Amino acid sequence: MSSVWPHLPILQVVIPLMGAILAAFTRRGATAYAIALAASLALPFVAGAMLWQVLSSGPISYAIGGWEPPFGIEYRVDLLNGFVLLLVSTVGAVIMPFAYRSVGLEIDSGRQAWFYSVYLLCLAGLLGVTITGDAFNAFVFLEISSLATYVLIALGHDRRALLAAYQYLIMGTVGATFYVIGVGFLYLLTGTLNFVDIAARLGDAPPDRINAILAALAFVSAGVSLKLALFPLHAWLPNAYAYAPSMVTAFLAATATKVAVYLLIRLFFSVFGQAVDFAALPVGEIMLLLSIAAMFVASIIAVFETNLKRMFAYSSVAQIGYITLGIGLANQAGLTGSIVHLFNHAIVKAALFAALGCVFFRLGSVSLADISGLGRRMPVTLTAFTVAGLGLIGTPGTVGFISKWYLAVGALDNGSWLLVFLIVASSLIAIVYVGRVVEVAWFRPANSPAVAEAADPPLSMLLPLILLALATIYFGFDTRLTAGVASMAAEMLIGGLR
Amino acid sequence: MEALRTLIEHYNYVVTILLMVTGLYIMVARSNMVKKLVGLAIFQTSVYLLYLEPAKIVGGTAPILDPDYTVYSNPLPHVLILTAIVVGVATLALGLAIVVRINEAFGTVEEDQIFGPDRDR
Repeated sequence: MSSVWPHLPILQVVIPLMGAILAAFTRRGATAYAIALAASLALPFVAGAMLWQVLSSGPISYAIGGWEPPFGIEYRVDLLNGFVLLLVSTVGAVIMPFAYRSVGLEIDSGRQAWFYSVYLLCLAGLLGVTITGDAFNAFVFLEISSLATYVLIALGHDRRALLAAYQYLIMGTVGATFYVIGVGFLYLLTGTLNFVDIAARLGDAPPDRINAILAALAFVSAGVSLKLALFPLHAWLPNAYAYAPSMVTAFLAATATKVAVYLLIRLFFSVFGQAVDFAALPVGEIMLLLSIAAMFVASIIAVFETNLKRMFAYSSVAQIGYITLGIGLANQAGLTGSIVHLFNHAIVKAALFAALGCVFFRLGSVSLADISGLGRRMPVTLTAFTVAGLGLIGTPGTVGFISKWYLAVGALDNGSWLLVFLIVASSLIAIVYVGRVVEVAWFRPANSPAVAEAADPPLSMLLPLILLALATIYFGFDTRLTAGVASMAAEMLIGGLR
Repeated sequence: MEALRTLIEHYNYVVTILLMVTGLYIMVARSNMVKKLVGLAIFQTSVYLLYLEPAKIVGGTAPILDPDYTVYSNPLPHVLILTAIVVGVATLALGLAIVVRINEAFGTVEEDQIFGPDRDR
């Protein structure tokens, strides 16, 4: 065990990467599933061990191939990305038991081995973006995860899944290329690609270079914002989530945008924080404005949506607005709210989309009109759905309340009562669209034979859903892990600002 | 006049930026999905140039430790762009593969025609 200990950072990426190759070689769905399951279950333990190590003895720096940073690629784990790694790998593990039946139904048996192989590639890419301390390496992993995501979305059963994948491919690649342009500027300015090293060298850059630094900042922010679906750049997201296979939607909604948000936080606070005086730039104001627009516009669109997967995809855009709101506030409580909402929104959305996956498994549809009266037929599924819905709204006693509490405190610290009011008002819109689904499912009579015959799905699908719903409540009371780590990470990030 | 001189002296960057906006324009303006991918490829290629141009130093050699040579070119941007080219090729291949599937499913690769009947709202 002690010989593995120093190599945990690389294991986090190598396990899913090797798993992907093995799964592709097997060509048989069941074998590939076993490999994917084993790899996914191992990852949270690796991530947990690293986070524990960071908490007890400070950040981990791992030199790939023995090439010392800043010359070689460095994997660097601190509180912030240790937390995100744990989140992504845990969601990946929890969703896997759900995948077996759901993928079995939605993907042709000849393609299942490829599906699990691509899924592991996507996981490897997301974990790689999070763990790496190298700007260009982050781009490569970003593209590994993105290319895998396009394939996963295109495997959806509806033919519109292909259009969604194509649209996402075009926009996602433009975003990644913008990020590369920004990294190119940074490399020209500093001659290094290591995040820590870039930050140190930008710090003492001559003042006449400020324009180039700002251009780099603009390009990487625009590029990463496309990936995380910040409000006006979110056009790819609703269709991609709506037409992807159920398991893919649950996984992506919980992880992909979160990793992009992490990258944005890392760039803003750890890389540019030293060199750029954010208080003198309108970055915070722009972020706040776009976040508020996301919270309201996307929520209102969700209210009028009848395809439930699209409804909660728009809700994701709105929830990302809350996360970026905390980044825009850039104070201790606001940033804590952002980081904790990364986690909280991930488990809530994974639960909601997993529940919709169960509904699709039984009904073959996720349209609002078709689920009338379904609550009595699929009580466990719909109860978990309702609990997660309460978490999304931010009811006290659920995770959503914790994040919104921190965001509201952050807004008050900036002296803005208006923002507090807007946070509460946008939560009220969430009540409307979650309430619509709950009302139709529980209080209307069953009106179709499909609903009358429906029953809760098999235990393998139900168990992850119950686990996620319980986590929604548990982390609403016990915030030592989530808000505790998030608050320490926020303190570290704010400390790095000029 | 001064601005014009700067432009002519840095004509390589002018070409790069022209390619960049050409690629972006094609992606926005064209409805044919294959042409959009061509635009994407042009856009990505311009970024390769953006990296490679500053890496070239006139009269510079590969960084070999030898008393005869004092001017070196930085090889790292070339290596980075080699990686970026691989990523670009993979993206283009996947994009074209998806377009083939779209053509099979919809019978056309024109966005105008596809989004007529299958528009979501």
